[in-house]
Amino acid sequence: MPSTYEKIATNTLGSDTANVTFSSISGSYTDLVLTVAKLTATASSPYLCFQFNSDTGTNYSSTVLEGSGSSASSIRWTSETQIYTGYNVASATTSDGMVITNFQNYSNATTYKTSLTRTAILNGSFPGTGAIVGLWRSTSAITSIKVFQNSGNLNSGCVFTLYGIKAF
Amino acid sequence: MAITSIKTGSSFTNLQKYDSFLAGNTAFSPSSYESISTVTVGSGGSSSIDFTSIPSTYTHLQIRCIMKMSSTIQDVGNLYIQLNGDTAANYSAHRVYGNGTSVSAQGLENMSQFYWSQSMPSAYSGYASMFGAAVIDILDYANTNKYKTGRALIGQDTNSSSDSQIKLASANWRSTSAVTSIKIFTSPDFAQYSQFALYGIK
Repeated sequence: MPSTYEKIATNTLGSDTANVTFSSISGSYTDLVLTVAKLTATASSPYLCFQFNSDTGTNYSSTVLEGSGSSASSIRWTSETQIYTGYNVASATTSDGMVITNFQNYSNATTYKTSLTRTAILNGSFPGTGAIVGLWRSTSAITSIKVFQNSGNLNSGCVFTLYGIKAF
Repeated sequence: MAITSIKTGSSFTNLQKYDSFLAGNTAFSPSSYESISTVTVGSGGSSSIDFTSIPSTYTHLQIRCIMKMSSTIQDVGNLYIQLNGDTAANYSAHRVYGNGTSVSAQGLENMSQFYWSQSMPSAYSGYASMFGAAVIDILDYANTNKYKTGRALIGQDTNSSSDSQIKLASANWRSTSAVTSIKIFTSPDFAQYSQFALYGIK
């Protein structure tokens, strides 16, 4: 049987970087999965963000559920210029964050694009876990994904891997 | 003996082409994550999605989907799952969820299906093209020594504080039977372009 779950690309940062972009993404899969490991950042309270297909318009929104170990909260962003994911993911350079995001039915030209994200940061100033739903109000197939922090850079050593899942 | 002909009617679907099996080429490794079946809802909607005759050859099952409820009023639809045609009160479900303003939790026992409420937007005009999404795992589904556990990450965002929700959910089916069929449904119907894909994980 043809492979259902395939690695498309991986990028390990060799230096502090403003953003990572996966481009020319094939439309042959059904879903995409992006994993981010060893996530640390230069800013003190960053959010990991996504933009698609170079769209910098206010076409994004997010709803977040998060827990810190002592309390739980929910926040949202409406009509933003990016999808916000992990709250305070990697707020300290020694606290590795982890993110896994599912981009469901990313290549259809009929529906807006919904993403589901899980985040975790193990220690540091803001330890906790989160779940996020994001919406990109575009029916275009996703052909590029830009990953960045809303402030500061991604640190050297962060590992970004994109997978494709194909339903038959 | 060389192959010189192929019988008419032979099936060649889903074949993987390999240029050569000569020594030195990459060995073929069967996948641990396989697509079992996919259903896309057509025009007119669908009251349920049914995966049947599920083989017991995998360890876990995963359902990945986008979904929308067919009602045209401003609303959100519930997601229900029944296993093996069991409609008795043998299910329970829990969720912790956030709507962008507050966090809540819900527990439901002795239900007739997995029941995860508020899991997809309706076909209301203000929610055009918006779909909910879910990744649902049914763990150890073929094990006949234990009850079956499901977990899910489910969410929909409507670019507003109305009807947006992200949740972490769990469910339990109090049966030691191997799961051989899955019925996924909502009320009234799933809208066109909803899609459900079933995968097996070895």
